[in-house]
Amino acid sequence: MPEAILEVKELVKHYPVTQGIVFKKTIGQVKAVDGVSLELIEGETLGVVGESGCGKSTLARVLMNLEKPTAATVLYRGEDIYKMQGGAMRRLRRQIQLVMQDPYTSLNPRMTVGDLIGEPFEIHTEVAPKGSRRQKVQELLEVVGLSPEHINRYPHQFSGGQRQRIGIARALALRPEIIVCDEPVSALDVSIQAQVMNLLEKLQNEFGLSYIFIAHDLSVVRHLSDRVAVMYLGKIAEIGTEDEIYERPTHPYTQALLSAVPVPDPTSRDTKTIIRLTGDVPSPANPPSGCRFRTRCWKAQDICAKEVPALVERPGSDHPSACHFAEKREIVVTHEAGVA
Amino acid sequence: MSDVMVADPQYSASGRPAGRLLEVEDLHVEFRTRDGVARVINGVTYHVNAGETLAVLGESGSGKSVTAQTIMGILDTPPGFVTKGQIRFHGDDMLQMSADQRRKIRGNGIAMVFQDSLSALNPVFTVGFQIGEQFRIRLGMSRKDAKRKAADLLDQVKIPNARQRVNEFPHQFSGGMRQRVMIAMSLALDPEVLIADEPTTALDVTVQAQIMDLLADLQRERQMGLILITHDLGVVADVADRIAVMYAGRIVEEANVHELYAKPAHPYTIGLLESIPRIDEKGQELRTIKGLPPNLMRIPSGCPFHPRCPMAQPVCSEKVPPLLQLSPSRASACHFAEELVNRA
Repeated sequence: MPEAILEVKELVKHYPVTQGIVFKKTIGQVKAVDGVSLELIEGETLGVVGESGCGKSTLARVLMNLEKPTAATVLYRGEDIYKMQGGAMRRLRRQIQLVMQDPYTSLNPRMTVGDLIGEPFEIHTEVAPKGSRRQKVQELLEVVGLSPEHINRYPHQFSGGQRQRIGIARALALRPEIIVCDEPVSALDVSIQAQVMNLLEKLQNEFGLSYIFIAHDLSVVRHLSDRVAVMYLGKIAEIGTEDEIYERPTHPYTQALLSAVPVPDPTSRDTKTIIRLTGDVPSPANPPSGCRFRTRCWKAQDICAKEVPALVERPGSDHPSACHFAEKREIVVTHEAGVA
Repeated sequence: MSDVMVADPQYSASGRPAGRLLEVEDLHVEFRTRDGVARVINGVTYHVNAGETLAVLGESGSGKSVTAQTIMGILDTPPGFVTKGQIRFHGDDMLQMSADQRRKIRGNGIAMVFQDSLSALNPVFTVGFQIGEQFRIRLGMSRKDAKRKAADLLDQVKIPNARQRVNEFPHQFSGGMRQRVMIAMSLALDPEVLIADEPTTALDVTVQAQIMDLLADLQRERQMGLILITHDLGVVADVADRIAVMYAGRIVEEANVHELYAKPAHPYTIGLLESIPRIDEKGQELRTIKGLPPNLMRIPSGCPFHPRCPMAQPVCSEKVPPLLQLSPSRASACHFAEELVNRA
């Protein structure tokens, strides 16, 4: 089995809810991420999907060490990243980089592209000595499919897709091993989205990168990922290979989510069955007891309110699924007729 | 009234085909800005019938939303100016009407659902007050009656506890529920045509499915004409009857939904369909449309798509291809449309 490059164990991030101005009193906790464990294998893409508020972006921020977790152990090649300090921390930051969602706000409008992409070299001088920086930046521009002559331009002179390429070039600058992509294509138009997705795949093959790919678009995640984790209200509902999750989902939430994705094929209109979930996602400040999905689940029984289902393999599931009643169900997508 | 209409030979000056509620004909809109003139809409022609869903599909900057704003009469002027064209509702050109006449059509003739419900609703009034506003002003109802009617509407869009929730403020609703409020508001005066501008773009997939169901049900009950503006090829395949694909302010293809997905007749549509990842298979490398959408201040000569088109020939940069009817149910604005349709 290939080595796990990043191991996340029981990651918890709670945000306090406070009341009062002078005497702040904590009156509750928003449980943004509540016990997530996963591992990233070297060279793979791990997709993380979920609807808004499920904690997928918080997960990215905590993994990047932009926010301190409430509790967690994250091992990078066997070393706990939250125990690292000084030089070790700095070396680690080289290895894990982030591509952000919004290409319009994540680039400083007052900096040229050359400065933006070259900025990491100021801190990590060992990667590119001063004299060679400009040339390095031009190489990076070429790698991500931009013209090296554009090095002196400002972000506003580029389109959304081009800006996202700049963001990717910046993440690549320090030759990281892991790139965390937080919704990298969701702000882009369809025709541009495909270009950026192809670029991410090409870079992975070229540089042997490992991706944690966070997105809400299930089709995009399927296209890029080797393994997929489905999140709901701060917990992983189901995790498995791309094939296991999309062809043989066993958690009711995954099944509902997949069935709701509109398929670009009008002939599937009459054959597909959409599992209609009622209501909205509960507030993460006050999640339901037991299984968090039980309030919207059609299979819910008494046990679901009492016992939190563990994320383990079950008789009805060939991959870990956090449901007491995990079992396969045909999800009718496109033209293949199925059993509902 | 002009009776020249290249796109649709069935149309004749002798009369309007029955059922055509809203017709946009050869609409041109430009934005005059400090930096120059952006030609945002360059001859858009489409219509919607009663009980029908027309999907207007396009990427950002294709002019799909500006067309809708022009129909509603909410185009920002300046910088936006209509330079040519007609928008006929029941045969009468709305662009020639006075502001008063147009106001009478808004709401009970044509209504619109906006994309971003958080900024479209006023945060300092209750949703009941905002929905009821139309009843008070247009129908002269009392506050109490208007609120009661508003609660009925919330009930119709399946908001639980409508009687209580009518007194709540927009921030107390979730994204999906706010979008329902927006739909309730647009339906208040029982419009004949509903324009929905990206109604589900900001929503999660499970909620999106709920909202699209709701729209489809309401449309069926009321036999409304629905213009659905979107960039999502999946949503379109689920609900549309006809599709108009827009690019650089023009309709490049119009067809029945089944024909369009089975055999697109414009290279841009082909490119779009090939570039989306599919949920039902892992797939290989995605095909892409090379290059970028054009700058609307400098639209390429001839066919605006030719710099990105894999089929481009010399004629494409010289002559603008007209939107030609290929069969009664489809039209394409490509010089090689016939070949595309007849291909294996």
